[in-house]
Amino acid sequence: MLMMNVAYYPGCTLKTTAKEFDISTKASAKALGINLVELPRWNCCGTVHALAKDDVMHHLAPLRNLLRVEEAQQSGIVDDKKVVALCAMCYNTLKRSNQAYNADSDMAGKVRESMNNEAIVYSGQVEVEHLLETLRTQGWDKVQAHVTKPLKGLKVAPYYGCLLLRPRGVGVDNADNPRIFEDLLKAIGAEVVDFGYKQKCCGSYNTVHMVDVVADLSNRILKQAQEAGAEMVVTACPLCEYNLGNRQTEVVKKHPKFNGIPIVYFTQLMALAFGLGEDETALGLNKPDPRPLLREKGLI
Amino acid sequence: MTENSKKMVTIYVMGKKHAVPADLTIMKAMEYAGHQFKRGAGCRGGFCGACATIYRKKGSYKLLGALACQKMVEDDMYIAQIPFSPAEKKSYKIDDLKPDASTFLEQYPEIARCLACNTCTKACPQDLQVMDIVQAALRGDITTSAKLSFDCLSCGLCAVRCPAEIVPYNIGQLARRMYSKYTVGPTEHVEQRVKEVKEGKFDEELDKLKALDKPTLKKLYDTRDMEA
Repeated sequence: MLMMNVAYYPGCTLKTTAKEFDISTKASAKALGINLVELPRWNCCGTVHALAKDDVMHHLAPLRNLLRVEEAQQSGIVDDKKVVALCAMCYNTLKRSNQAYNADSDMAGKVRESMNNEAIVYSGQVEVEHLLETLRTQGWDKVQAHVTKPLKGLKVAPYYGCLLLRPRGVGVDNADNPRIFEDLLKAIGAEVVDFGYKQKCCGSYNTVHMVDVVADLSNRILKQAQEAGAEMVVTACPLCEYNLGNRQTEVVKKHPKFNGIPIVYFTQLMALAFGLGEDETALGLNKPDPRPLLREKGLI
Repeated sequence: MTENSKKMVTIYVMGKKHAVPADLTIMKAMEYAGHQFKRGAGCRGGFCGACATIYRKKGSYKLLGALACQKMVEDDMYIAQIPFSPAEKKSYKIDDLKPDASTFLEQYPEIARCLACNTCTKACPQDLQVMDIVQAALRGDITTSAKLSFDCLSCGLCAVRCPAEIVPYNIGQLARRMYSKYTVGPTEHVEQRVKEVKEGKFDEELDKLKALDKPTLKKLYDTRDMEA
């Protein structure tokens, strides 16, 4: 199989608390002929897009990463001026900063003057892509063609959250009626469960100092997914995964009637459907543990 | 005297103008001008990091950093010493640390403020990728953080320039300590030497030194073996 060498921006969460996202991403992409080359040098994505017009300094982090992509392309380790991100926050920040850099020449000039010690000037030409977009461009039939173990009978609710879809022009799909997760889940043989709260807020960074708020929001989202028939929820955002997954301990404390439900990354389900083992699906790292359900379904 | 050594340049030390020979380092030029170093000088060989210095050249907005014992004077250099950089340095027991990103964030939570502006890298007289040291620590990549910071002298220039008030040299030091403790692990030659120290192999030699008077000690120091 001819491999494409694509620049990969993991972001810090995929290297720390969301290792299962990193591991399953590289493995499932490889199975599809996409060699994700982690950038030799990368820094924090910037975490949150700088919204104020004069806040130039917060653009340095995301744009420096895009400059690294250009360096990687020039040195020949990746094929195109393109970078694939996985974490919804990283994706959103990198893409919006890139758009601002290209749209506002004054801001771009200030950024260039403040870059400090870089060998090249960033051209603005790097394309920021989410892996879901890469897969859609290749065609869902291509994903389907690599499935050796369809996730038959597994009822999965896709959860989008906010940063993957908004704002328009940045999101990977239609913000009101997205289908990219649904299309992927169908391609790997899972049963898609639609539910009304798939774009509702997970509580985001309130998880640091207002766990209470997150417990309420997670309870509402997960309860609705379960009522719609879901046995599992799939996401592309480490913060959503944390709030909907790890925080279930707090959800139960506040809402004793709540029954746990596994949350996994879409790449983990892809890796599973491609017949990869637990080293590559990393399904042992999620909280709560999705493996009892998958065993029950005869999928592992 | 050669033609070259007679050439003089003008430097400004703390704003005061001096004419000094062009073939001196900043440190020697300051001594030539009458300054006596009580702080801000150490090995004089570019290894200890004690002589951190900032300077600007006339006509340029750039604020530059250097080690005074390494950097040659240039005409119209405005110089100030930074002999000490105030920094919060944590005490920890290396055995109690978890070798991952959370340890860096617990000990030095301000690293999460890194803007990736690269000012620290620009300030480094050792030409280290200082920002990458901090960034690697942020994601728990101890090996990269340790290796990139291997040549750090803790001179403090990065710390005084960081807009996020991070002390990068402390981050690199923590990374190197965890790297050596948890990634590399115990090494035979160190264990052997520790055993020799404990068994008293060097006691006699040390006792002899302790008994010497100051002039003899000084003479011994001046005539010690030095690596080239």
